[in-house]
Amino acid sequence: MAEGAIKLGGKRKSIFMDKVKKLLPDGGNLNLCLTCGTCSAGCPATGLEDMDPRKFLRMAALGMDEELTSTPWVWMCTMCYRCVYACPMQIDIPALVYEARASWPRETRPKGIVGSCDMALRNQSGSAMGTPPDDFVFVVEDVLEEYRETQPDFKDMEAPIDKKGAHFFLNQNSREPVTEPDEMVPLWKILHVVGADWTYGSKGWAGENYCMFLADNDSWEKIVRTSINTAKELGCRVFLNTE
Amino acid sequence: MYQYYAKWIREGKLKVNSDWNKDLKIKFTVQDPCQIVRKSYGDEVADDLRYVVKSIVGEENFIDMTPNKSNNYCCGGGGGALQSGYKEQRLQYGIVKDKQIKVTKADYCIAACHNCHAQIHELSEHYGGNYSVVHLWTLICLSLGILGENERAYLGDDLKNIAVYGA
Repeated sequence: MAEGAIKLGGKRKSIFMDKVKKLLPDGGNLNLCLTCGTCSAGCPATGLEDMDPRKFLRMAALGMDEELTSTPWVWMCTMCYRCVYACPMQIDIPALVYEARASWPRETRPKGIVGSCDMALRNQSGSAMGTPPDDFVFVVEDVLEEYRETQPDFKDMEAPIDKKGAHFFLNQNSREPVTEPDEMVPLWKILHVVGADWTYGSKGWAGENYCMFLADNDSWEKIVRTSINTAKELGCRVFLNTE
Repeated sequence: MYQYYAKWIREGKLKVNSDWNKDLKIKFTVQDPCQIVRKSYGDEVADDLRYVVKSIVGEENFIDMTPNKSNNYCCGGGGGALQSGYKEQRLQYGIVKDKQIKVTKADYCIAACHNCHAQIHELSEHYGGNYSVVHLWTLICLSLGILGENERAYLGDDLKNIAVYGA
């Protein structure tokens, strides 16, 4: 049982939900909730921190801004959009979660996510592990040489970096070059077998973007633009996200 | 990436087959990455993903999760959760995924997304499911007979010595 009724006071004070509504097409349908609970029933984050998607939205509608913008639940919801997909009114609850994340002063957001974003801003790689372009180029060339020498069917295999006019611009999650470089090879082999014309970029090669998860819009954009501009400068036709 | 894998298989450029698993009958299920499926390309790409998986492991050795495709559950590794510091809650979140996988009785969960891969790998260890988690590229190369012994970090003992390139 709840300890007591929540007193709402005389006039509606919601600022947070109104602010988010203005940012979204059709206001994210945030005022269309039928309170059916389909969102919460199918949400793996339901119950964490005594929160669920319906409750979160109802609290927003009731103007409980302080609670919304301080609950750590917003960092446990993965913004997977299953609630929107299941919702009969297509209410954009994850956008509300995202803006709640953005409302936290940057230095108070989860250290791990802040750290991964800051690492990505350190150099032109965009890597959450901070790996500089030179290190990436070295690892790729080193691993490629080893496989060319030891696996005869792949003596002509390529793993080009900054190849002008390549059809595909392929990005790469940092985990492989930094911690398990052999795991890069199967994808190179597949691209070799099909005869794909592809390249990595020495700038903007990293596929992950923790600044997006951090709800740091400017940094998110900066990292995406570095990748896209590299692909454009090289004249690539297709931006190919790795697995 | 899945769309291209599927396209290359359809065009005959990737001559994959599932003969290696004809007698082994190792079972596989597949995770639908939220960002690619529900949030971007929908069921169409989920179908491509399944076409690729069935081509390389054999249709009879693929067991889908319930629910699946756009309706599938997030594994709990996305949205920054892996770095958020709320580990206990992240593992709690993942119970849904872990149960979905266990019900399929699959030996492997294919996770062609880095966040899913890391999270589901941890779920398998934490909840004792003992299923392996593997990238799609590993299995494609395995089925082509071009997967070397050093490219098998995520294969279980049952597949460590199967169709090893250069052996």
